[in-house]
Amino acid sequence: MTQSSAQFINIGERTNVTGSAKFRNLIKEEKYDEALDVARQQVENGAQVIDVNMDEGMLDSKAAMVRFLNLIAAEPDIARVPIMVDSSKWEVIEAGLQCIQGKGIVNSISLKEGEEKFLEQARTIMRYGAAVVVMAFDTVGQADTEDRKVEICKRSYDLLTGIGFPPEDIIFDPNIFAVATGIEEHNNYAVDFIEATRRIRKECPHAHISGGVSNVSFSFRGNNPVREAIHSVFLYHAIQAGMDMGIVNAGQLAVYDDLDAELRERVEDVILNRRPDSTERLLEIADRFKGGPAEEKKQDLAWREKPVEERISHALVKGIADYIEEDTEEARAKIMDAGGRPLNVIEGPLMDGMNVVGDLFGAGKMFLPQVVKSARVMKKAVAYLLPYIEAEKAEGEDTQAKGKVLMATVKGDVHDIGKNIVGVVLQCNNYDVVDLGVMVPAEKILQTAREEKCDIIGLSGLITPSLDEMVFVASEMQRQGMDLPLLIGGATTSRAHTAVKVDPAYKHPVVWVKDASRSVPVVSSLLSKEHRPVFMEGVKNEYDGIRERHASKRGREKAIPLKEARANRTPIEWEGYTPPRPKHLGVQKFENYPIEEIRQYIDWGPFFNAWEMKGKYPDILNNPTTGPEAKKLFDDANRMIDRIIADGWLQANGVIGLFPANQVGEDDIAVYTDESRSEALTTLRHLRQQGEHRAGVPNRCLADYVAPKDSGLADYVGGFAVTAGMGSKEKVEEFKADHDDYHAILLEAVADRLAEAFAELMHAKVRREYWGYAADEQLDNEALIKETYKGIRPAPGYPACPEHTEKGTLWSLLDVEKNTGITLTESYAMWPGASVSGWYFSHPQSQYFVVGRLLKDQVESYAERKGMTLENAERWLAPYLAYDPED
Amino acid sequence: MSAIDKSPELNALLASRILILDGGMGTQIQQHKLDEAAYRGERFKDWPQDVKGNNDLLTLSQPDIIRDIHKAYLQAGADIVETNTFNSTSIAQADYGMQELVYELNKRGSELAREACDAVATPDKPRFVAGVLGPTNRTASISPDVNDPGFRNVSFNELVESYTEAVDGLLAGGADILLVETIFDTLNAKAAIFAIEKYFDDHNVKVPIMISGTITDASGRTLSGQTTEAFYNSLRHARPMFFGLNCALGPDALRQYVAELSRIAECHVTAHPNAGLPNEFGEYDLGPEEMAEQISEWAEAGLLNVIGGCCGTTPDHIRAMAEAVSGKAPRKLPELKPALRLSGLEPFNTTA
Repeated sequence: MTQSSAQFINIGERTNVTGSAKFRNLIKEEKYDEALDVARQQVENGAQVIDVNMDEGMLDSKAAMVRFLNLIAAEPDIARVPIMVDSSKWEVIEAGLQCIQGKGIVNSISLKEGEEKFLEQARTIMRYGAAVVVMAFDTVGQADTEDRKVEICKRSYDLLTGIGFPPEDIIFDPNIFAVATGIEEHNNYAVDFIEATRRIRKECPHAHISGGVSNVSFSFRGNNPVREAIHSVFLYHAIQAGMDMGIVNAGQLAVYDDLDAELRERVEDVILNRRPDSTERLLEIADRFKGGPAEEKKQDLAWREKPVEERISHALVKGIADYIEEDTEEARAKIMDAGGRPLNVIEGPLMDGMNVVGDLFGAGKMFLPQVVKSARVMKKAVAYLLPYIEAEKAEGEDTQAKGKVLMATVKGDVHDIGKNIVGVVLQCNNYDVVDLGVMVPAEKILQTAREEKCDIIGLSGLITPSLDEMVFVASEMQRQGMDLPLLIGGATTSRAHTAVKVDPAYKHPVVWVKDASRSVPVVSSLLSKEHRPVFMEGVKNEYDGIRERHASKRGREKAIPLKEARANRTPIEWEGYTPPRPKHLGVQKFENYPIEEIRQYIDWGPFFNAWEMKGKYPDILNNPTTGPEAKKLFDDANRMIDRIIADGWLQANGVIGLFPANQVGEDDIAVYTDESRSEALTTLRHLRQQGEHRAGVPNRCLADYVAPKDSGLADYVGGFAVTAGMGSKEKVEEFKADHDDYHAILLEAVADRLAEAFAELMHAKVRREYWGYAADEQLDNEALIKETYKGIRPAPGYPACPEHTEKGTLWSLLDVEKNTGITLTESYAMWPGASVSGWYFSHPQSQYFVVGRLLKDQVESYAERKGMTLENAERWLAPYLAYDPED
Repeated sequence: MSAIDKSPELNALLASRILILDGGMGTQIQQHKLDEAAYRGERFKDWPQDVKGNNDLLTLSQPDIIRDIHKAYLQAGADIVETNTFNSTSIAQADYGMQELVYELNKRGSELAREACDAVATPDKPRFVAGVLGPTNRTASISPDVNDPGFRNVSFNELVESYTEAVDGLLAGGADILLVETIFDTLNAKAAIFAIEKYFDDHNVKVPIMISGTITDASGRTLSGQTTEAFYNSLRHARPMFFGLNCALGPDALRQYVAELSRIAECHVTAHPNAGLPNEFGEYDLGPEEMAEQISEWAEAGLLNVIGGCCGTTPDHIRAMAEAVSGKAPRKLPELKPALRLSGLEPFNTTA
């Protein structure tokens, strides 16, 4: 994960001489190598920012800060995260800021010494380009009550924003004080912090809240189990109130759900100050949990006595690696005795345990560092099992089965759901998968394949320009003398394209993989010395056949010259027809559209297809074989949409525009600035079918559906672009960071459905309100899916208008990027992927069709109209050419 | 001296079209095949050290050559020309023992560009001088000693002092923009920004800032290890009018990083790629037409606000690129949500 945006930012505190005796000694003794290891471990344990503090009377703090930060700069695995420069001495802070090339955080400044000094320091920090922690402290002292905390923070906020300090770079530390100290005035301290947090987040937009969590439990030092419980409960409530970062020792954090019920209740009483005797009541039971070394062991033994599956789950949730090998061994022996395989230990108890971890994390009851620890336990268990899995393979049939597969969505394309599913399926079958993500340039694919010693390369893509890119990757593999098998997959790919275009570019195996379920047999055949020749011979025969058929078909395919096709245009009687005038002309923007409303329009059919579950919705839910799984998937998807709405994971933005327009030339549509129709805003270029049709079937073109300029009629055309994918990348990365591929894929699939639903909803709104030609249309969702309404919304890049660069025209016409945030890649794919765009046509005779094969006369005409070179036009129209441009 | 802030004029132009920056200076100087004596000129004929290769010195010893190069780029269509001051810092000039000439090199460097601009500028097509602050030949966040990774041969404060002197000269000579360019160590650039901001406050002046970094290899990182977005996060506080990438790569390899910047930068995006990668003779092979064709596609993809050239590019390259992007809409500035955008070597962003 190179970039993340997490709900709660965990700041590593172990490189702080005031907090860690071990680190203090390392620095004092100038054992900087070991001190760097402390920093490295924090990053490995999930710290997203590391706090460095050298404030110690016996040290030259400034020199130590500079030395340590300079050394960190030479360690890429540490330096990848931002630095928090922590000191109570301004000169140390400034010296630290002079050593970091990244954007870090200063910890801290405050109004302690008055406004002038505060602002002077803030100005200097701005010049260094750092964010800042502001303590709730003024000349009177540290803020302890809710009101004082809010007042000082608000005052600091106003002063800082007044000198131009970016509000999003301000982090308040409203002081976490110890509770349950026996002093009555302290009882409300946690509540004061939590409530102040809530108010500061409201009154100081974009600012953040942080704090040192361990302070709160100070009165229970010596009783770590109770301290951990207090931290966990405190964080649970503070995060809900808006605390979004903090200094937390991941090793000192219990899992909220795992707390003893009685302990949790009494800790909650203390934190939330729910009853006057809460401190006494916690003290009453505190000793029971205290557990000296001996007692702790007894506690350990308690979970050690449970069945092995539960022990594994416990170890994963708690991140305890100590016993995992013996437990894994026990599970392995048990499963193998019952006739199972070593792999079943991973698929069974280990995955079950990781699912519990995933659920707890999803519910905010575990934090990222804990999950990282869980993953490490998991890795340890898998590492233990590997020799057994290898051994089994060595003696088993599928000797050569295991291998390393590189997966990538090619450059220019952003779609990766299918690729991710294939990745998971391969991993479940114990192949290593190197996933390079989306928009991966050819060079990176080839280079990684070499460096990682991959056995197979798999390419994925969804939009048509990706087909060309795949041919390019294949030709590069040829040029660079590679010999790895190449797999081709994704919605836009086909056996025919692979056979005709990709396979000839590379003389080693190229195989089209229809879907994820085919990926395992294909990969295992290709990696088996024994099976590969037979398999490839089959593929070769098949592709040869396709190529022959393609070559002969090309000659026989009947196509008519453009002139004749134009003469056979869609017969529309314009005389006497009055095109409906839109109620609202111009561009309308819809920002943050309610997803609650959008979900009503979801067409679930394609959703199940994405998961390779065949069948019609809703029947698929009741199908005796797939029904239960489909139902589970359907419920998961709906639960996810609930979360998307409740927690604002995704934002839906859209833009529509309706404009005066007339058909011009033969196949184009002029879009006008206004009703005078004197000035063209832009011209939409369309393509016409050139197949030889039987009598009565026109050679269609979308331009046919708009009244010609010389008819004198005032007609109109519309365009739209909608997305439901804003925010999905971050969330997907969060899931992936959690090794939760299932939810990552589910979210992308759901976002895709929401985008389609949003397009359907907008189209309905356009027909009924904005264009308003079907104001009284009454259709249920099923009728919408069947498209029984009047008018169409064809998308550039799809069969009726297959040329992708027209999206560029749509983008500037509606200022799509600015209005929605959807951008276009160099291949004109929309980013985020969960986006839909298209044109609106209102004529009752307008219908969807496939443009199909194009002759050179039309491509030449199109290139000229678009102002493209012929070569360029041929490149964009490559999949549709009825001729070989190289002939 | 008080510099005039031309931000309003520049912003208006940037809203209407893609602006053109000039091309490589070194390549043009090379064509003159100057020898040691030519580098010295009359004034430095007795300088105790060899000075051949100190291109910035030509500002003083061969001003006509430098002014003519500026003119050639302006005639080719450049809206903005870069001063011949890439190495005009006390740190870089120390190699030639010419530290005390730094103020003069910068002031005169600005003046030559100014004179060339003023000679051709019209109200319809104003021309601008970008005062170049180069990276220096030292790095504040990388140790030159492999055995001591904590060692540094230049400090932040030394860089600030050196850059302040250069800024003073550039503005005195009439620079309209300050261009911190070819950044391979972000900490050096942070020092340059610190010097500029402090200079603005101390002298109550302000001119637009242009920042341009260098992705040094196929790993997609700067020499000091940052990814494009981490690099942007580190320097965003300068509130630059322009942010971009230059040098090291040709347009084909640079495109993905310019596209990345185009997505994340709130300000105008600039690019001045090399004319491809150097061949085995150290020459750049990418011709004007080929380069223009690639740049044309960038413009169509909406990636660009300003385009120019770096090593190996010539007035012909600039002319071809200017024609290629003419009439193409400039990139629109995105409106991004406020977010805490931190970075180490990698970006870390979080919204509140």
